[in-house]
Amino acid sequence: MIRTEELLLNVGPQHPSTHGVFRIVVKLDGEIITEATPVMGYLHRGTEKLAENLNFTQIIPYTDRMDYVSAMTNNYVLCHSVEKMMGLEIPERAEFLRLIVMEMQRVASHLVWWGTYLLDIGAMSPFLYAFSDRERILQLFNELCGARLTYNYMRVGGVKWDAPDGWIDRVKTFVKDMHFRLDEYHNLVSGNEIFLSRIKGVGQYDAQTAIDYGLSGANLRSTGVQWDLRKTEPYSLYDRFEFDVPVGKNGDCYDRYLCRMEEITQSLRILDQALEQFPGEGDTMGKVPRAIRPPAGEIYVRIESPRGEIGCHIVSKGKAEPYRLKFRRPSFVNLQILPKLLVGESMTNLVTILGGIDIVLGEVDC
Amino acid sequence: MQHFWDQPLSWGTAAIFAAGAVGVLAFVLFFVTYAIYFERKVIGWMQYRKGPNRTGPLGLLQSVADVAKLLLKEDTIPKKADKGLFVLAPVLAFVPSFAVLAMIPYSMNLQFADLNVGFLYYIALSGITTIAIVVGGWASNNKYALLGGMRSAAQMISYEVPLVISVVGCVMLSGSLNLREIVESQAGYFWQWNFIPQIIGFAVFLVAAVSELNRTPFDLPEAESELVAGYHVEYSGFRFAFFMLTEYVYVYAIAALTTLLFLGGWNAPAPQLDFIPGILWFFVKFAFIVFSLFWIRATFPRLRVDQLMGLAWKVLLPLAILNIFLTAIGIELMR
Repeated sequence: MIRTEELLLNVGPQHPSTHGVFRIVVKLDGEIITEATPVMGYLHRGTEKLAENLNFTQIIPYTDRMDYVSAMTNNYVLCHSVEKMMGLEIPERAEFLRLIVMEMQRVASHLVWWGTYLLDIGAMSPFLYAFSDRERILQLFNELCGARLTYNYMRVGGVKWDAPDGWIDRVKTFVKDMHFRLDEYHNLVSGNEIFLSRIKGVGQYDAQTAIDYGLSGANLRSTGVQWDLRKTEPYSLYDRFEFDVPVGKNGDCYDRYLCRMEEITQSLRILDQALEQFPGEGDTMGKVPRAIRPPAGEIYVRIESPRGEIGCHIVSKGKAEPYRLKFRRPSFVNLQILPKLLVGESMTNLVTILGGIDIVLGEVDC
Repeated sequence: MQHFWDQPLSWGTAAIFAAGAVGVLAFVLFFVTYAIYFERKVIGWMQYRKGPNRTGPLGLLQSVADVAKLLLKEDTIPKKADKGLFVLAPVLAFVPSFAVLAMIPYSMNLQFADLNVGFLYYIALSGITTIAIVVGGWASNNKYALLGGMRSAAQMISYEVPLVISVVGCVMLSGSLNLREIVESQAGYFWQWNFIPQIIGFAVFLVAAVSELNRTPFDLPEAESELVAGYHVEYSGFRFAFFMLTEYVYVYAIAALTTLLFLGGWNAPAPQLDFIPGILWFFVKFAFIVFSLFWIRATFPRLRVDQLMGLAWKVLLPLAILNIFLTAIGIELMR
């Protein structure tokens, strides 16, 4: 009888495919995982506590740093909840700009996911292709608000900067090119036998499990649940545009992959329409009181970020600073299913499953 | 030239042999330096990048600078590593990779050792490198390195079997294990090269060879996304350079072997083109194989361990055996 031992392996916090400073302590029997314990908090900066001493305009840059791959949606959820509390009117042009940047951000965010996921699976080139496209989006954002990652673009009541001359046309050109590039990506990756055999049937769960764990975004939709806040609880101008909510069937990594890829197409579709209907002129800031003091009370506002349902819960005592600010971060909630999915899988699938959940550590630790 | 190498050993001939070995080593080092440069350039171009272009004209000195950096780095050995084995592993990996080059015939006359068991010699020696990788992984006293080493052992043992069996067809056609004679049996037009009559063997050989090289899509031993760097995670400086060197010397050996076994070696595609020296034809084909390896690396994702084993034992091995039967039937019918 050979004496065998369980191997306790520390994956992270400095591991190339945990996408940041995330750590999983796994017990291995050979290459099979018998137990997995996620350890997080390496990137905790106390955003929610800090926010209690800041006024609402000052909190906006902090939201940029939560989900730094999708800063625009974070900006929006905070501004939108304050506006809702105060009952502010947003000029149409500002709302259009917000929607356009949010959808561009969704495309950029999914591109980052696509590239890094393929990198996890061992293909190097898609990563660089995805980033060269994302680069164009960042360039457009740079023209718009002078930043490439942490935009601090939206304000309570509107947006800080109007679109510069010709910007809308440049976005149109980008969207047109992106349709073409997306087809190329499908040709290169989506049918690759090795890729399919790596992700089909991996990390599978059913709709009920997904709901029990509070998953949202593509993680939930891959199981077949039609749940996209842009459709189910339309905010901003989403009720004006035609788009579909892609859903999967099996709830495995392959369906999550297809869902996200199709979401890029749908975002481009929304962008096509929004850019067509973009109002020629108008204000970018609504009428906002000098000091932003939401009335005493509570509000919970949720929107669809690229990673799922991002929510903002504000408790206000009628002051310029929130009494308590709580963000529901989709990455954090989606991550909770990881230990359950990992048991019985191999080390290789660990990377596939973790990548498939699509977390951003800035958001997990907040 | 063969008669020259077969002379009895004396001080004079020993000195010439040594000079020849140094010459080959210099040539191989040159190849490795520029294969790495070329790989980075090719993959760069495929990914909308420029690749190295800062060190020297067109970045040509990049690999030289990299090697210099590795040489000048502090030589670290982990405290709890098995020191003796840790030091031995890179050498043990490199020596056989260099030794296999002795039997490669570059043209009709240019060959160091005209072995009658040429191909078996390659298989026998390259197996030693597997041991070196396991030793390196074990001696590092690192869990990632250990997993990488074990994977590598499993992979190389599995793939050596189809690799050897896929070549049997070629051996049957030429009636010899001697690489020079295998090439000579392919003389004539390019459709007489082994890759057409031995198409199944050629395919199996290519897949198994890429796997032997631990390159994408079979680079599991050093799968950076899960095992960080695999068996050489604890190595740095020149010991690490030795592992890298080994890898690229095997690229050289496998590309040469593929050329010899399946692409007609130094034979021109048509007898009319024989006025071009054979060694040029050899290196054109050789360069094409090397390029293909880089191309594959830029295109494919990586397989999973269990899929890798499944592919070796359930697909490649039966195909290789089928190839032997088909070849035997073919030979019998042609007679």
